[in-house]
Amino acid sequence: MKMKTLSTLALTGALTAGMAAADLVIPDLSYRTGPYAAGGTPFSDGYQDYFNLLNARDGGIGGEEVRILECETGYNTEKGVECYEATKGEGALIYQPLSTGITYQLIPKATVDEIPIHTMGYGRTSAANGEVFNWVFNYPANYWDAASVMINYLTEQNGGSLEGKTIALLYHNSAYGKEPIRTLETLSADMGFELTQIAVDHPGQEQKSQWLQIRRERPDYVLMWGWGVMNQVAVQEAANINYPMDQFIGNWWAGAEHDVTPAGAAADGYLSLNMNRIGDLPVFGEIETMVHEAGNAAGDGSNIGSVLYTRGMYAAMLAAEAIAKAQEIHGVSDVTAAMVRDGMEALEITSARMDELGMANIGPEFSVSCENHGGSGLGIVQQWNASSGTWTPLTDYIEPDNAVIDPLISEDSMAFAAENNIEPGCL
Amino acid sequence: MSADFLYGIEVVINGLMAGVMYALVALGFVLIFKASGIFNFAQGVMALFAALTLVGIMEGQIPFAHLINATFGTEIHHFGWHVPALLAIAMTVGVMVLFAWAVQRFLFRHLVGQEPIILFMATIGLAYFLEGVGDLMWGSDIKTLALGLPQGGARWIEDATAGLGGDDFYGFFIDKLDIVATGVAIVLVTGLILFSQYTKHGRAMRAVADDHQAALSVGISLNFIWILVWSLAGFVALVAGIMWGAKSGVQFSLSLIALKALPVLMLGGFTSIPGAIVGGLIIGVGEKLFEYLIGPMVGGATENWFAYVLALLFLVFRPQGLFGEKIIERV
Amino acid sequence: MLYREAGDFKTSYVADSQTFPIAFDRYRYWVVLAVAFLVVPFFITDYTANALLLPFLIYSIAAIGLNILTGYAGQVSLGTGGFMAVGAYACYKLMTAFPDVNILIHVILAGGITAAVGTAFGLPSLRIKGFYLAVATLAAQFFLVWLFNKVSWFYNYSASGQINAPERTVLGVAVTGPNTPAWASYLVCLVFVTACALIARNLTRGALGRQWMAIRDMDIAAEIIGVNPLKAKLTAFAVSSFFVGISGALFFAVYLGAVEVGEAFGINKSFLVLFMIIIGGLGSIFGAFAGAAFLVCLPVVLKLIGVDLLGWPTDLVAHFQLVIVGLLIMFFLVKEPHGLAQLWRLAKEKLRLWPFPH
Repeated sequence: MKMKTLSTLALTGALTAGMAAADLVIPDLSYRTGPYAAGGTPFSDGYQDYFNLLNARDGGIGGEEVRILECETGYNTEKGVECYEATKGEGALIYQPLSTGITYQLIPKATVDEIPIHTMGYGRTSAANGEVFNWVFNYPANYWDAASVMINYLTEQNGGSLEGKTIALLYHNSAYGKEPIRTLETLSADMGFELTQIAVDHPGQEQKSQWLQIRRERPDYVLMWGWGVMNQVAVQEAANINYPMDQFIGNWWAGAEHDVTPAGAAADGYLSLNMNRIGDLPVFGEIETMVHEAGNAAGDGSNIGSVLYTRGMYAAMLAAEAIAKAQEIHGVSDVTAAMVRDGMEALEITSARMDELGMANIGPEFSVSCENHGGSGLGIVQQWNASSGTWTPLTDYIEPDNAVIDPLISEDSMAFAAENNIEPGCL
Repeated sequence: MSADFLYGIEVVINGLMAGVMYALVALGFVLIFKASGIFNFAQGVMALFAALTLVGIMEGQIPFAHLINATFGTEIHHFGWHVPALLAIAMTVGVMVLFAWAVQRFLFRHLVGQEPIILFMATIGLAYFLEGVGDLMWGSDIKTLALGLPQGGARWIEDATAGLGGDDFYGFFIDKLDIVATGVAIVLVTGLILFSQYTKHGRAMRAVADDHQAALSVGISLNFIWILVWSLAGFVALVAGIMWGAKSGVQFSLSLIALKALPVLMLGGFTSIPGAIVGGLIIGVGEKLFEYLIGPMVGGATENWFAYVLALLFLVFRPQGLFGEKIIERV
Repeated sequence: MLYREAGDFKTSYVADSQTFPIAFDRYRYWVVLAVAFLVVPFFITDYTANALLLPFLIYSIAAIGLNILTGYAGQVSLGTGGFMAVGAYACYKLMTAFPDVNILIHVILAGGITAAVGTAFGLPSLRIKGFYLAVATLAAQFFLVWLFNKVSWFYNYSASGQINAPERTVLGVAVTGPNTPAWASYLVCLVFVTACALIARNLTRGALGRQWMAIRDMDIAAEIIGVNPLKAKLTAFAVSSFFVGISGALFFAVYLGAVEVGEAFGINKSFLVLFMIIIGGLGSIFGAFAGAAFLVCLPVVLKLIGVDLLGWPTDLVAHFQLVIVGLLIMFFLVKEPHGLAQLWRLAKEKLRLWPFPH
């Protein structure tokens, strides 16, 4: 049965592909303007540079040139919709929407249009249940993994128990910021730590009340789900009240260079999660020589190696690997969006393959299946060194507590399935 | 004294300080509104633009570098020099004066005598324009403002007051930056008041604020006064941009601080400089106390809306704001 | 030549007071409607619908609503985003609570609920005037957004806090949800726009509209000649919020399909709709459309020209978009301070004489 649907899909896919242009179209919904431009620019640079490298070095993927369609969203949902509609007709293979709002928009739309979405460490967490969200992938990790990884890290730091500790969650008062609450509440009940939730309203330039509260209550740890200007202000305010920076952990969207540099030396020691490793990877040299020196850099070329650049490049690598996988499964080089979805579902990232690509250990080893679109959920903790201006990884990949997260994912995805009359199952 | 009570006092003190920061933004609005009846929607963007220009000059950034590079295929970014802070501030003020002149010359000179809503609309256009130009000139990444302003809690205040309330009380927290901001605000307001009371141009400015036509008929150049007022507002925007930018880095979100100034304006009145200060203090204390006392019961993050509700409560009793000119209605 | 009123005689009061007294205008109006209803649906694509037409139509409804309050009744409101959110969340709750009732009824009910909320927040307008009134509506804006974010009942306790529009059909055709054909969502919005514009036009030229305008021009004088300010102001708030609520419901259910309150209905939305009516022209139904078109379609057109035609980097184009929109606003103002609607009226005056101006 499964084979049959697959082959009909492939057939219809092949028919439509014959009409589209004969190259691999990858839209890049970037935001280089607006309040979050500082985060969007390096990510998009990394994303595009890697595809440009593939074009320059290997002549694309499997012999097919990659064509990038950049579209500026400004992190605005309506513009994101415009971008999606503008690019999908060109034969877009995979979307990386890069914003919670746009992701929620695209989940139903792309499912109907049969184009896979990769929301890497953002978007809808319960999309990890591939039986409900056939077209959405959020490997290698999601927010609930992140919350659990943070707690596991802290447990280890405290010799195996968080009993009686107090942990404050400082979160952006939006759908994004509220993501970890359920996980943390469950974990708090399980592990006996006390959880305080502190909301910061958008945009978060004024956080005096919140940090006075933290100063009064002196929680043992502060976890932050921040975004945009909230991150810079929070780091500064934490320094102001002399909160120990190594007990202050941001999630992976609150742990880039621009989040800490405005606070200067005071930010030294700040911790954050990351879903990928950073460092001096050999692939950067190749990008430097084959893309930047050839004048094809996506931005001004200054972001290479930064946290979000690396993450963007990692995202591009995962997309490229999925496309290669799709080419392998279907035996054609000019794949369609539906085939890429199959490739994503069969994706397997091994450390041998990462070595080969010149990005050893950039991410954990993981494989994707129909049931699990979420990857392994591993994350590392990294620390900011203000004097050298670099992030250094503190830990190896830490496992999340899947026994806690899986029921939550299944609960939320089943609620979505019920609300939208989706019959869970594999394609 | 119990720790809770002392913490309440701490919240009030910090509310006052936050109020000063709001008032700094609100001042720019008041200056322009008082002299020309324009509600300047672009004030927040002006703060952003001024701060961007300051950092750009200090770092020796080449304006429009990205545009030039994209058009001519060049690779230029920096002049390669650093300008000392004071000189850079002076140059930024120069840029803001130039901006004031251009606004007057190309925009408001053509709109003399129009209704307030139309002038408001012109500033909307100005806000869009300036936002785009700021991004084009200096790029949209987050910049660090390295003026060396002191930051962080004042340790000696903490140490001196820590003994007041037992073990649970850690002393009053007061941010050094807030102390600086308060000093700057006092200097700024005193300066503005002295200027408007005792100098020729200052008195001319007040005359214009009272009655444009009467001022014109006694030989005051409206054109000059309006350039002056916009320059002053540009300067105030720069100060606000520096103070807020010191916390968060100079970035797009700086333009949103205008939203923090709106309830202050409504409360203090659009036309009163002391009103902006007092309004700022009331809003600052009110929203911080509410968040401290009531916030935890309703889930927190109440500050944004409570500021407006507070302003609304005041307005129901005084529809022209605390210090606004009394509204006299005639048929 | 093309546009004239010569020979256009009226023989009855009804004919004299119609919306388009000039025959040519009337024909043009019918042609526009005919094209919009009978031609466009056959040529519409997903892109034109979702990028241009749906936002244009939906923002037009919101702009008409706000124009009633601000343009006709003279009450400045910065709460449009919050009221749109009320419409959207009311629609969502109704859609999920009563899945069998027709979605169009839900949209209208959502408008009704918004009207009630809007009236409540309109009460301070009896005491506060001008720019100061904006504070009351801003309080509504921030409070409503905070409320919808905080109270999970409004988003049916979902983990994410987002609301998703489930699929609903009208006459067997899906109008919400991802399976909606572009023409169906377009037609739904068009029907609502047409109805709203007609209602608004007829309200504003009737007794109620005259009361609003009397209040706008001078409320004390209006009170003396017998206009009840309580009734006039509150009806203005109610009618305006009704339209804004409908636009919010359509914005969520038909256009986006999934929204998060802070992002979709934040203060920026309030400003955007206010800009639309100011740029379009206060106190003019046509102005609402013109302003919406200017601020929705112009950026898209600029983007298409910059990125697709000229091939510039997307971020430069985005920056230039702002610069050009800003410059155009200022340029129009310097040339014609009363908005696009006035420009349109002037153009018509000119056209009457064209090509023989003397």
